[in-house]
Amino acid sequence: MSLANKYPKEVKQILSKYPPEHKRSAVMPLLYLAQREEGYLNKAAMQDIAKMLEITETDVAAIVGFYTLYHDEKAGKYRMQVCTDLPCALRGADQFMESLCSNLGIKVGETTEDGLITLEGVMCLAACDKAPMFQTQGPDGIKYHENMTVDKTMELIAALKKSTGEAK
Amino acid sequence: MAHILLRHRDIPDINKLEVYKKNGGFNAFKNAVTKMKPNEVTDVVKNSGLRGRGGAGFPTGMKWAFIDNKNWPHYVVANADESEPGTFKDREIMESNPFQFLEGVAIASYAVGANAAYVYLRGEFWQVAAFLDEKIAEMEEAGYLGRDLFGKDYSLKIHTHLGAGAYICGEETAMLESIEGKRGQPRVRPPFPPAVGLYGKPTIVNNVETLTNVPLILANGADWYKKMGTADSAGVKIFSLSGRVRKPGNYELPFGTTFRELIYTHGGGVQDSHKVKAIMPAGASSSLILVDDDKILDTPMDYASVRTLGADLGSASVIVVDETVSIDWLINKTMHFFRHESCGKCTTCREGTYWMSHITERIHEGHGKAADVDLLLNVARQMQGKCLCALGEFSTMAVVTGIERFRKDFDKVVKA
Repeated sequence: MSLANKYPKEVKQILSKYPPEHKRSAVMPLLYLAQREEGYLNKAAMQDIAKMLEITETDVAAIVGFYTLYHDEKAGKYRMQVCTDLPCALRGADQFMESLCSNLGIKVGETTEDGLITLEGVMCLAACDKAPMFQTQGPDGIKYHENMTVDKTMELIAALKKSTGEAK
Repeated sequence: MAHILLRHRDIPDINKLEVYKKNGGFNAFKNAVTKMKPNEVTDVVKNSGLRGRGGAGFPTGMKWAFIDNKNWPHYVVANADESEPGTFKDREIMESNPFQFLEGVAIASYAVGANAAYVYLRGEFWQVAAFLDEKIAEMEEAGYLGRDLFGKDYSLKIHTHLGAGAYICGEETAMLESIEGKRGQPRVRPPFPPAVGLYGKPTIVNNVETLTNVPLILANGADWYKKMGTADSAGVKIFSLSGRVRKPGNYELPFGTTFRELIYTHGGGVQDSHKVKAIMPAGASSSLILVDDDKILDTPMDYASVRTLGADLGSASVIVVDETVSIDWLINKTMHFFRHESCGKCTTCREGTYWMSHITERIHEGHGKAADVDLLLNVARQMQGKCLCALGEFSTMAVVTGIERFRKDFDKVVKA
């Protein structure tokens, strides 16, 4: 089903932001919309957006490949993206990441067995004063979790697991 | 002193339209549209001495005056990409004092004759963008945005646009490419955006903090603003303090405040009472200031004074490094960042950051030879002055100054 049929209101609102002769500008917000449910973009979704904006599929794929928040492969329901950049690392982010890995029994880049969490290390998230911190990217968008401990993180994961179970 | 930018710390609920209005909100914009010519607005900003807060420190009013009035339409783009490691000020402004920022966008738009403005937020600021969308809708409802504002022939729309995780989009021409629906890669300059910007039209790109200054400058006058800060750097600045300090956070202080006051009075001093070893005043893009003499901490933080220490103030993202940190580890971190964020357009930066990060990794992991340190320095120096944009240039800063000023840290980890 095409994006315009599935989310008519959202697509119209996104297109209205840009001059009609420059509708290519809508590619980034449309990609977010297309990624919303599955957490990644397949070929059909990119073709659909290319057609809507009258650009080539390669143009769309180039955007997906360039920007780190678009994904062309399926991962866990939530991507847990821990900042391990310099300011966070000066406040223990690397150690936090290590303990998180051992608690979850996975390495950075891997997904938990239940398919809930993919753990990733990312660049600065502009929350350097609240390290250790991470963001979750999932069906409900992107959320920040700041001043975290491993215990608080495991509680969050348990809550996500519960809400996912209930949704099913 | 009452805050000028972080006013939510003095006035609760200033993120509510009614509260913002009660505290003088939107008067400056209304006054500009109903009583001033656009160039008069630009003149006030010019006379205030306001300089861009995104890092470059370019005089704001002068930039506005560069707008090409022979080519239309015009655009304003607010740079809310905030991605420099160590910088986290714009997010606090947008989350807590959003209307003052948006009023600044509106005033800038009127001054340069733009009827459409875009706020470009980094993709991670998903929640902030949704919040700003609500605030923009409230302003439209209240008649501060839309058609024929205040009964005058001036219309304005503000839109948010989310990036998707690319540091380079903070570079203004890469940002324009990104809004145009392309990969965020910098353009060759000149022409600069005030001549050829978004969709090839004259465009003014300003940082969030810069724009947030504007409503109060208009309300209180250029002289009021100029009285704060130093002759070279007028007004106040939000210093994002991070690293090995007890109380990291944003501190709004006049330009010219010393490092000592920021780190010890406001930041509570260094963790575990260690000594300051180095300071990065402009985030990961900084030269490393060597703090081998306690007196260095008494240097005032303004553009000119920080330069005397062989560094730039940039966006004033002050990362404090103490004696427990080895500089070979530190530059391995910054190089990892720049290698990841290099957009790949120019060869110097794409290859340079790749090879530099290889060498820093080798050195940090204890596999490096003494000659590797010289090789690293050589690569960094060869890159300087040859990159398409500041990213490549900045990636060399910590490397060059790290080796020049902290050579012992490298000698300790390499094989003879």
